[in-house]
Amino acid sequence: MSGSTPLGQLASVIRSKNAGPFQITIDVMFAHAATYRCVLDAHILTPTVVARLYGIDAADVEVIPFDRVFSIKVTMPRRWGSRGSGSAGDRDVYGAQQHGPLLDLPVP
Amino acid sequence: MAEELRIFALNGSLGYGYDRASFEAGIGVAPQLIGCDSGSTDPGPYYLGSGRSLVKAEQIVRDLKPALLRARAAGIPFVVGSAGFAGARPNLDFFLDILHTVVRDEGLRFRLAVIASDVPKATVLQALAAGRIEAMPCAPPLKASDVEQSIHIVGQMGTSPYIRAFELGADVVIAGRSCDTSIYAAYPIWKGYDPALAFHMAKIMECGAQCAVPLAANDCLLGTLRRDHFLVRPLASQRVCTPESVAAHTMYEQGNPFLIYEPDGVIDVRDADFRQIDRQTVRVSGSRFAPTNSLRIKLEGARRVGARAFTIAGVRDPNAIANLDFIEGEVRASVRRNLDSAVQAADYQLHFRWYGRDAVLGELEHAERAPHEVGALIEAIAPTQALANHVLSMARSSCLHCHFPGRKATAGNLAFPFSPSDYEGGDVYEFSVYHLMQVDDENALFPIEMVTV
Repeated sequence: MSGSTPLGQLASVIRSKNAGPFQITIDVMFAHAATYRCVLDAHILTPTVVARLYGIDAADVEVIPFDRVFSIKVTMPRRWGSRGSGSAGDRDVYGAQQHGPLLDLPVP
Repeated sequence: MAEELRIFALNGSLGYGYDRASFEAGIGVAPQLIGCDSGSTDPGPYYLGSGRSLVKAEQIVRDLKPALLRARAAGIPFVVGSAGFAGARPNLDFFLDILHTVVRDEGLRFRLAVIASDVPKATVLQALAAGRIEAMPCAPPLKASDVEQSIHIVGQMGTSPYIRAFELGADVVIAGRSCDTSIYAAYPIWKGYDPALAFHMAKIMECGAQCAVPLAANDCLLGTLRRDHFLVRPLASQRVCTPESVAAHTMYEQGNPFLIYEPDGVIDVRDADFRQIDRQTVRVSGSRFAPTNSLRIKLEGARRVGARAFTIAGVRDPNAIANLDFIEGEVRASVRRNLDSAVQAADYQLHFRWYGRDAVLGELEHAERAPHEVGALIEAIAPTQALANHVLSMARSSCLHCHFPGRKATAGNLAFPFSPSDYEGGDVYEFSVYHLMQVDDENALFPIEMVTV
């Protein structure tokens, strides 16, 4: 996609972590207000997009901009484990490596 | 009410370590309380299910001893929450054994409050029947069988049991499972400080110097609470707090960056003001608190689901790497064929994780480049360790020798780094309970045992 930059390149921090055993929360943080605004205004980080990338229901996804620190918080159900973090079939007990699908999201 | 309260957080989790110079700097400001969080659900359900600690006894002694000695020498309270990692009775007893050893070795004498956090199954079942249980977001609804199958159920205590312990004259408080904020917020609330500021400061302090730059869960943080604001400052001279680092930490591990839900109420940090006042220190004001009129305690329960056996091996052959899905299917079928008819498919689970291909993201992985090397983790879970070992052994040999289209490396598909190749992972648990329960009397749910040691 020409003329676009991957979200992972624009963010200064992009961290994923459990918010309890049944949810993952991803903080996408930017160093500058302009980059933050640009990503917000592009409307590329929405519950619908996140739901598609993670194979979940958009109604379960929350995308919360946090102007004070130029950050966008994305909270969603955890995908792995038959019943919460550390249950059978889990892939990421702490949820620390679940930001991958957001890294390549193109920002026009 | 004193002009200010200086509260000293050792680190993000007792046993993670802290810098000795930071520790001495913290003692040097004459804090009125030393606290430390000691647990978390982050490492999964094993620690609650088994009653064991992630952090080892040696790590706890290393962090505990200097802090306890200096707190006693200064005559200030020392507070540990979520002791033994999960806070259930065996976790708490593990921690108390360590504490008593230090007390004996050092000849200490003080008033100890031990606050248990185990919630009887009957209490949870009654609440469930009375419609007083609510699932946390994305957690499945609670069934009576979930409660009955739980090995341990604990509640995350709020500030009331801690305040009760201080009222009873505790010098040292060792509490079971706690809201992280209770450890640091209870004492100032008891002393009459604004709960909004006390909770907000506690939320920032519970991870130690994780809110600093460079961040570190294994270092000390000082919180200074005053009438209308609080200050946070890392105690290592090379770290600083910035308005951004502190504000950003407010949202760490929180589903919502603006509202922090505690049993006592909701802390609203939307209008909080973060200001740099010197090189290392940030001043925070403007947080608000809405007390709840219906006390709800978060319950955590874990049950055993079986035992685990696993093996790790490398795959380097490009034809094998191109056929991993085929191989996985063949191995599953072969294990099923070879197992006794007495063992049903529902009696065991086989999991394959292909590191280098999609082990972390599973079906969400979209990387297209073929890896030149793949790490294979093959895992069996079954009701008994013996059956898990049996299933794994069959899967491992089948995977090693499995034929696939285009196979040229016919002597073996896996490079094992170890002999023996197969490992027992022990018991596997899962969170059976992660729900809110309405509670009328928090102090009755979390009984305090006062002893002079």
